Amino acid sequence: MFEVRIHGRGGQGVVTAAELLSVAAFLEGRHAQAFPSFGSERTGAPVVSFCRIDERPIRTHEPIVAPDALIVVDPTLLHQVDVFGGLEPDGWVLMNSSRSLEELQLTPLRERSSHPERLVSVPASQIAREALGRPLPNAALLGAFAALTSAVSLSSVLAAIRGRFSEETAEGNVVAAERAFAAVRGPAAALEASRA
Amino acid sequence: MLRQMEGSQAIAATVASCRPEVICAYPISPQTHIVEGLSALVRSGELEHCEFVNVESEFAAMSVAIGASAAGTRAYTATASQGLLYMSEALYNAAGLGLPIVMTVANRAIGAPINIWNDHSDSMSQRDSGWIQLYAESNQEAIDLHIQAFRLAEQLSLPAMVCVDGFILTHAHERVELPAQTQVDSFLPAFSPRQVLDPREPVTIGAMVGPEAFTEVRYLAHYKQMQALDAIPALASEFESSFGRASGGLLRRYRTADAELVVVALGSVLGTLEDVVDELREEGLRVGCLGIKTFRPWPGQEVAGALSGAHRVVVLEKALSIGLGGIVAQNVRSGLAGSGIPVHTVIAGLGGRPITKRSLRRLLAEARAGRLNETTFLDLRTDLVERELQRTLASARSGPHAENMLRDLGAVAAGPV
Repeated sequence: MFEVRIHGRGGQGVVTAAELLSVAAFLEGRHAQAFPSFGSERTGAPVVSFCRIDERPIRTHEPIVAPDALIVVDPTLLHQVDVFGGLEPDGWVLMNSSRSLEELQLTPLRERSSHPERLVSVPASQIAREALGRPLPNAALLGAFAALTSAVSLSSVLAAIRGRFSEETAEGNVVAAERAFAAVRGPAAALEASRA
Repeated sequence: MLRQMEGSQAIAATVASCRPEVICAYPISPQTHIVEGLSALVRSGELEHCEFVNVESEFAAMSVAIGASAAGTRAYTATASQGLLYMSEALYNAAGLGLPIVMTVANRAIGAPINIWNDHSDSMSQRDSGWIQLYAESNQEAIDLHIQAFRLAEQLSLPAMVCVDGFILTHAHERVELPAQTQVDSFLPAFSPRQVLDPREPVTIGAMVGPEAFTEVRYLAHYKQMQALDAIPALASEFESSFGRASGGLLRRYRTADAELVVVALGSVLGTLEDVVDELREEGLRVGCLGIKTFRPWPGQEVAGALSGAHRVVVLEKALSIGLGGIVAQNVRSGLAGSGIPVHTVIAGLGGRPITKRSLRRLLAEARAGRLNETTFLDLRTDLVERELQRTLASARSGPHAENMLRDLGAVAAGPV
């Protein structure tokens, strides 16, 4: 079982991101479960969503307490919420930021990790602004997530995006996801992955 | 068709495939996505020959469902929490009149304190209303139970409630098999009402009945509901042969055959429990769980039979009878009276508190060691309770419990002014 927790704020599409990730896994013939942290939704309030991926049917309905991977949509949450709580020592962290992990003062986190290369920051909002004209970093983050973890393939992420949005919105998001994938793995790998 | 979708949308699509003719609902979290989905299907014309009635309250929702059902149409509604309580009077009428309405309850706590999260307080509070109550373990089962509920309700001319854990299931995106329209059509024939308001053949549905026959009408209501104990397994078995998967029924036994310790539960926590049972079995412990799929009518004999080999029973429930303890446990105990098998009540998951595997493992270790009291509150913050009790002793005007405890937790920033 691969467990992902996504941190962001109300209005940033945190719940949709978990849903898309679950659809990407589903399209690969795997079992997936996505669910939000349940609360009174307010724009700007801290929001958490979850996604489980497994080869077997998923029966549990407890929240994810020890995630294998974290996606932090909004780095300002670092000062407000215990975003790294329960993270496995060999876990993946994807930060949405144009700053490096060192600049975000996350060097200690990297030092604690058994696999420091699994911790990256990607300027997903900036990529989204360029590709979509709006700073909606979801798709870009999922592209980067596919590149970082290989938990799902880029082509599944793109298919999930195309299945969820109207053609015009989907295409902008597809471009954002591809560019973010390239930002992690390099442009040649991205080209190959999007054709897979 | 295999789909990855939200529980609420899957329920809406399935209810639509049951071809309801009247849907009347008032939105309330966490039921909202279900009725939004259905209203969209009616508006787009995808769900034909169906009227969606926007009502001004849950009382009106159930009243419209009663009228629609009495007029011979297949009627559906959905609600949760305070909404269910608000329709309570009409709920008893629907059952007393024997009208086969199907309703989804997206289970949620009841206030005060106001709380929008999941537990079973709402549906449990209506357990004596005369409605059949079915509880879904997963979104797949929620889908399947709705199809079975229409058939069951119409066969017995009784209303049926499908209870689905709010948020935990309604808002979860999971893989589900959506049944094809042709499959549903062959399982669920068109509604043929046992009684109908028809000006050409006038009848009174809802005649006043005095002491001369009230007991007999009530006896028949009980008799009819108890017939569901035979009808439900038969329907579940027919469902399995036509849809190719097991869903519903009275009970689900999970590794109970040689289990010394059996946990009884209902709803979505069963999946988490089954995982825990597997983990403990790998450690060589003889543990099993018993899922209650039908809570009303109460399958007393079947429950007693399933638990007869257990040395100890833990009933894990998401509702509380204040002043007594466990509601489900009370039902379980009635069937095990005289057996000498200890039955422990564990109140868990109230107001959305997560029920984690870690807590369940700790709980079952306590149970196996014989250290469990008659009633236990899982993960109770005794420090919070103690502080508040101290305040009530220290001052005659210690203020409202809820706000005091939120302040202790730092969730309310304001101090006394």
